[in-house]
Amino acid sequence: MVLVLALGDLHVPHRAADLPPKFKSMLVPGKIQHIICTGNLCIKEIHDYLKTICPDLHIVRGEFDEDARYPENKTLTIGQFKLGLCHGHQVIPWGDLDSLAMLQRQLGVDILVTGHTHQFTAYKHEGGVVINPGSATGAYSSINQDVNPSFVLMDIDGFRAVVYVYELIDGEVKVDKIEFKKPPTSNSAP
Amino acid sequence: MYRDTVLPRVLEQIVNCRDEIAQYYLIDCIIQVFPDEYHLQTLDVLLGACPQLQPSVDIMTVLSRLMERLSNYAALNAEVLPYFLQVEAFSKLNNAIGKVIEAQEDMPILSAVTLYSSLLKFTLHVHPDRLDYADQVLGSCVKQLSGKGKINDTRATREIVSLLSAPLEKYNDVVIALKLTNYPLVVEYLDNETKRIMATVIIRSIMKNNTLITTAEKVEALLELIKGLINDLDEPQGLEVDEDDFEEEQNSVARLVHMLYNDDTEEMFKIISILKKHFLTGGPKRLKFTIPPLVVSTLKLIRRLPVEGDNPFGKEASVTATKIFQFLNQIIEALPNVPSPDLAFRLYLQCAEAANKCDEEPIAYEFFTQAYILYEEEISDSKAQVTALQLIIGTLQRMHVFGVENRDTLTHKATGYSAKLLKKPDQCRAVYACSHLFWLEDHETIQDGDRVLLCLKRALKIANSAQQMGSNGQGSAGSVTLFIEILNKYLYFYEKGIPQITVESVESLIQLIKNEESMPSDPYAESLFASTLQFMEFQKQKGGAIGDRYEEIKV
Repeated sequence: MVLVLALGDLHVPHRAADLPPKFKSMLVPGKIQHIICTGNLCIKEIHDYLKTICPDLHIVRGEFDEDARYPENKTLTIGQFKLGLCHGHQVIPWGDLDSLAMLQRQLGVDILVTGHTHQFTAYKHEGGVVINPGSATGAYSSINQDVNPSFVLMDIDGFRAVVYVYELIDGEVKVDKIEFKKPPTSNSAP
Repeated sequence: MYRDTVLPRVLEQIVNCRDEIAQYYLIDCIIQVFPDEYHLQTLDVLLGACPQLQPSVDIMTVLSRLMERLSNYAALNAEVLPYFLQVEAFSKLNNAIGKVIEAQEDMPILSAVTLYSSLLKFTLHVHPDRLDYADQVLGSCVKQLSGKGKINDTRATREIVSLLSAPLEKYNDVVIALKLTNYPLVVEYLDNETKRIMATVIIRSIMKNNTLITTAEKVEALLELIKGLINDLDEPQGLEVDEDDFEEEQNSVARLVHMLYNDDTEEMFKIISILKKHFLTGGPKRLKFTIPPLVVSTLKLIRRLPVEGDNPFGKEASVTATKIFQFLNQIIEALPNVPSPDLAFRLYLQCAEAANKCDEEPIAYEFFTQAYILYEEEISDSKAQVTALQLIIGTLQRMHVFGVENRDTLTHKATGYSAKLLKKPDQCRAVYACSHLFWLEDHETIQDGDRVLLCLKRALKIANSAQQMGSNGQGSAGSVTLFIEILNKYLYFYEKGIPQITVESVESLIQLIKNEESMPSDPYAESLFASTLQFMEFQKQKGGAIGDRYEEIKV
């Protein structure tokens, strides 16, 4: 059982003061094995904070990130899954699932994690899964009018991934879950 | 009996002995030994003796201890609070302190401040609802400070910070501290560095307690208190602050902006106007921290504006979208000179999207113009250009507000920029991204198959010329990869049924890729091609209209 925290688009301090206190109390150091972040933190303070939750931190560059050294995209393998990470402002039209699926083919991954739209989505297609953890702070987005703070926790176990999405709606944390199985003989990501 | 007999006699003895060490020790004994209720009842007498003691006795500590004991007494026994009021403990202590300070003319400022600090803490514990008492204490403190000019004693400064922090900690609500009229006056006496420290303390209190500051008036008062962070005050050369510290301070000011909020749009507009006034005095180093959150607050305000039709005042209302967009322009245009052109560029595009949602065509066009000018004049780094262009194309793709002419001008410019990027692969990708500018799913007026095909063909040409030039990079920069990416785009539009993207064009592109000799040695391109073919297979198996489309492609 490997826990992977996926979050991004915090936009601190431009668009939000901080993560919601209810989220902060849930993100306890030592429980999570990997963090994948879609970008737009934007400042070093947030980078350092995420590192205290889990030292294995993978970040890609959002268009407002202060640190220009983050890569445009990244891939990593967890369990039997290949994961791809990209902020998403590079893929036009923004939020278009078919175009994101193309990026998924380019990166050759089973699970693609992107952000930019501040809208949680989990899109399953024959080539794999596209997940958008939304904005962890519920930051303003010109793309999306109603943004609720959200993040995703993935529990990866061999060929099985359970995706938990946590959303803060009207002051309450709501959880939903989706399951994905990767067929052992699949060539989805040669 | 204690009050009438014991205490007066004891005090007489103490005063008469005129030995400062004995006096100090004995007074302290009285305070520590006798119970607090006694002290309450005999405050007059006890305090009356204090000015009569030798000047070198540390009255400061004696009185502080007394006040501390009484504070704790009140804290632990809520029922005795009425007694405090009954014996007018506060005013007696206040007067006593005043007399002591008067009696010792050259008492160091540290002692005076410590006394008032203890008295304030006493007041906060015993009479938390009497803000006027707290204000009085601060007032007396101000009077003391006014005689001495700027303070140079660091211990005294620390004590003042402690004095000012006490109400914040007690009430956990900066708004209450803002009601103490003498509070800002005390802050005035701090040196600039301490003003900044105090400002940080105040902001931290707000953030920790999630306090919302809701009126323009309170915002003005707050900004006055933290002005050490907002601008350079009277330092002629600007401040010499450690860079990391400066960044942290400014970031906390930025976070603070999100706590200044009111549901009422008129009040909110007043708030952002005040912020603008103060932030624009901040000087170039601060703008890049303070302007972005202000822009975002303003954009959020636009979303809350009543729709034109619903507003009974129509365009005469003082807060209209137009006015706010003007406001936005004014604050963003300060940025390029900072210099922060990248930031300004991004903010202009954000505003353009907001204008798009409000159906304000000329305003959206103006924002795009500003963004384009910045792109042309200020963004010259190749990597920065690639990202900037992605933002331009991405934003423009979502605009539905433009009429044909304006849209043509902007898309023409965007495709032009794309073709002029430095590296061929970047050019190619930007150009095929532009194809999306000519096909908006939900807007039939913005669906031009010819232009889509034109972009894709142009992208192919660029990929071709990259190949000819022998700049055959491998992997993701290789020209074969570019062909395959373009194929994916062909499929995207083919699936939508655009007539100009014919089966033949798709098939010939597939054939071209298959014939590529360099493929076997390029695993990246090979696997991308394989997954593309697999994608086509999946789509075929979907059946229905999509399945039929893909059925027609002969691979």
